Amino acid sequence: MSQSASCLTEKYGEIDKYIDNLPSLRGALVTVLHQAQTIYGYLPEELQLHIARRLNVPAAQVYGVVSFYSFFTMEPKGQCAISLCMGTACFVLGAGGVLQEFEKELGIKAGETTPDNLFSLDALRCVGACSLAPVVLVGDKVYGKATTSQVRGIIEEHMQRMAKGGGSNE
Amino acid sequence: MNNNDEVKKVNLTINGTAIAVAPGTVLLAAAHQAGVHIPSLCYLNSDEFQYRNSVGSCRVCMVEVVGRRGLVPACSTTVYEGMVVRTDSLKAIRARRTMVELLLSNHPSDCLICERNGNCQLQQMAADMGIRSIKYKGAVSSHPKDIESFSIVRNPDKCILCRRCETMCNSIQSVGVYSAIGRGFETTMGTAFNKPIIETTCTFCGQCVSVCPTGALSEVDATEEVWKLLQAPGKVVIAQTAPAIRVALGEEFGMEPGSVITGKLAAALRRLGFAKVMDTNFTADVTIMEEASEFVHRFQHGGKLPLLTSCCPAWIKFFEHQFPDLLDVPSSCKSPMEMMGALIKSYYAEKAGVDPQDIVVVSIMPCLAKKFEAARPELVSSKGHSDVDIVLSTRELARMIREAGIEFLSLPDEEYDNPLSDSTGAADIFGTTGGVLEAALRTAYKMVTDEDLQAVEFQMLRGVDGVREAEIPFGNTKVRVAIANGLANARELLQKVQSGEVEYHIIEVMACPGGCIGGGGQPYTKGNMEILRRRAAGLYAIDSAKTIRRSYENQAMLTMYAEYIGVPYGEKAHELLHTSYVRREDK
Repeated sequence: MSQSASCLTEKYGEIDKYIDNLPSLRGALVTVLHQAQTIYGYLPEELQLHIARRLNVPAAQVYGVVSFYSFFTMEPKGQCAISLCMGTACFVLGAGGVLQEFEKELGIKAGETTPDNLFSLDALRCVGACSLAPVVLVGDKVYGKATTSQVRGIIEEHMQRMAKGGGSNE
Repeated sequence: MNNNDEVKKVNLTINGTAIAVAPGTVLLAAAHQAGVHIPSLCYLNSDEFQYRNSVGSCRVCMVEVVGRRGLVPACSTTVYEGMVVRTDSLKAIRARRTMVELLLSNHPSDCLICERNGNCQLQQMAADMGIRSIKYKGAVSSHPKDIESFSIVRNPDKCILCRRCETMCNSIQSVGVYSAIGRGFETTMGTAFNKPIIETTCTFCGQCVSVCPTGALSEVDATEEVWKLLQAPGKVVIAQTAPAIRVALGEEFGMEPGSVITGKLAAALRRLGFAKVMDTNFTADVTIMEEASEFVHRFQHGGKLPLLTSCCPAWIKFFEHQFPDLLDVPSSCKSPMEMMGALIKSYYAEKAGVDPQDIVVVSIMPCLAKKFEAARPELVSSKGHSDVDIVLSTRELARMIREAGIEFLSLPDEEYDNPLSDSTGAADIFGTTGGVLEAALRTAYKMVTDEDLQAVEFQMLRGVDGVREAEIPFGNTKVRVAIANGLANARELLQKVQSGEVEYHIIEVMACPGGCIGGGGQPYTKGNMEILRRRAAGLYAIDSAKTIRRSYENQAMLTMYAEYIGVPYGEKAHELLHTSYVRREDK
């Protein structure tokens, strides 16, 4: 055992409570993973194992689901999560260039987090807001018809918000 | 079965031949009745073992249904009344060929040096279709090989994502080591967090290897090491052969499944250069003496029951992962293979005046988990050597025999070497599900009632059903016994025992469907379960042809006890013939 059961109970109490209140454990895996990522920000190995035990499914199956959906992440994300839609419409209208600009400004690649843990950058599949293409999401905030020239402004806006203690914009 | 007979059959024609099949039959199965073979890679069904893999992922079974626009996969299309099927239309033939060409476009072409060369279903298909060039060029997947375990090598680059291994591991074994990892072109059949299989809950039963159609899963090959040791100066290399080998090895040389080749097996091993050829059957009888004594001890002194058999190393590892709080329930008996190793390096070594350090014990086993078992630290003697040094599967031994140029079919029948070879009929049936229990009952009966059991055959314990149970009268008392083969069956049975729903005195568990005759190291059955039935029949035939069929009447064994071990389940027996188990992670 990597950690004692009581320690894990404390650590993962919130997701345990969520699981306890589920009407049925059958077919609940994706929902539970979704909830766990909302609570803990990411899905480390230990948390996936905990969920596997609680739902009585093989760990390989949990990891299979986590590795299938690009939404799920096993790496901690920055305080401020920037996501770019790379769906067809956004891509055609220049999302690739916008992503490159973010990568340049932040000094990281898509899928990575800045060393100061402030920003993480991700490319998503279609988010279903094609009329606003290209779309940038920062937390729940949506920037439509984004251009490369907006990139620095978006980053600065969120730097200031976080400096004021604005948290992760949820 | 009357009800089934009354069900109205469904009429259809396949390639112009009219047939009638049961409703719900899939085209692929129905086609056999019309004398038509439809190629398939992912589809594999065995109703007897509740194994069903019809995910329809490989698409090489596409056929034409007249009146329908597109082609359909025969493995997952159910028959209907009046259906007209063509598997031989140009459209269907071309489609199937294209599917195979696409599979080949992302498959290494190193067939010549592949472990499954000559035994690969994809290779066979390419040969049958006469494919002479790889038409489609594109990206080729590349993933690291997993060579870290003692038993199984995984080469994801040769995986065609048929999911047979996953179905086997999940539904038959309830172990769940494999899952599809990742997405799209990058998908692999992998483990949790892509860990090497040695770090998972894998039991190394090897059933995934048995069902894998390609070289994606194979055994760790120990033949090179054995070749070297056979030539090494100063080494005394001794072979031992498991019960299930003698009814399966012949298949590798074109013999009928179930052919008894015990004498040729001894002759072949001698010609390969083994100094002595001992028989694991001998220690199967010893196992019975120890296990029956342990049972009677627990039975008469209120010890922990049910006694769980401990011959199967995959079952033991499964138990250590899944039931870590019950580690005192399985019999503490080592497996017959380990007992033999221990006796060769103690009793035999002393008798023959050989230093145990110079002895190399090579076990020929139907099993891949035995390779893991041989490496267990609990099975290292107080003198620091392992009981068993190397394990070869039935398939590996067959390769060595071929490589050495031994004409197996023309070998004479030879005897095994004393003093660790004579066995009773009870030992032979160890190789099939239910056999260990039947053998144990023959001896336990004597120990409890002090009478010889006359009707030694327990027909109700035979067969291939996943779980079987019986109540055996032992004088005035009744002994309740159960048998499980397949680890999912074993898990279910154990859970019922834990909850108090059922009570037994002894439970025999074998991880592989059918027992050791269906082990992960046996000649490939390609899903033909009739082969297992014939191997089992072979073992039962050996048993019934023997005059001595109760383990406690094995004279060579009694001599060994008298000269060396003393009483069964005694002090020396504990030192050499018993072991302990370890707690393992449940995920």
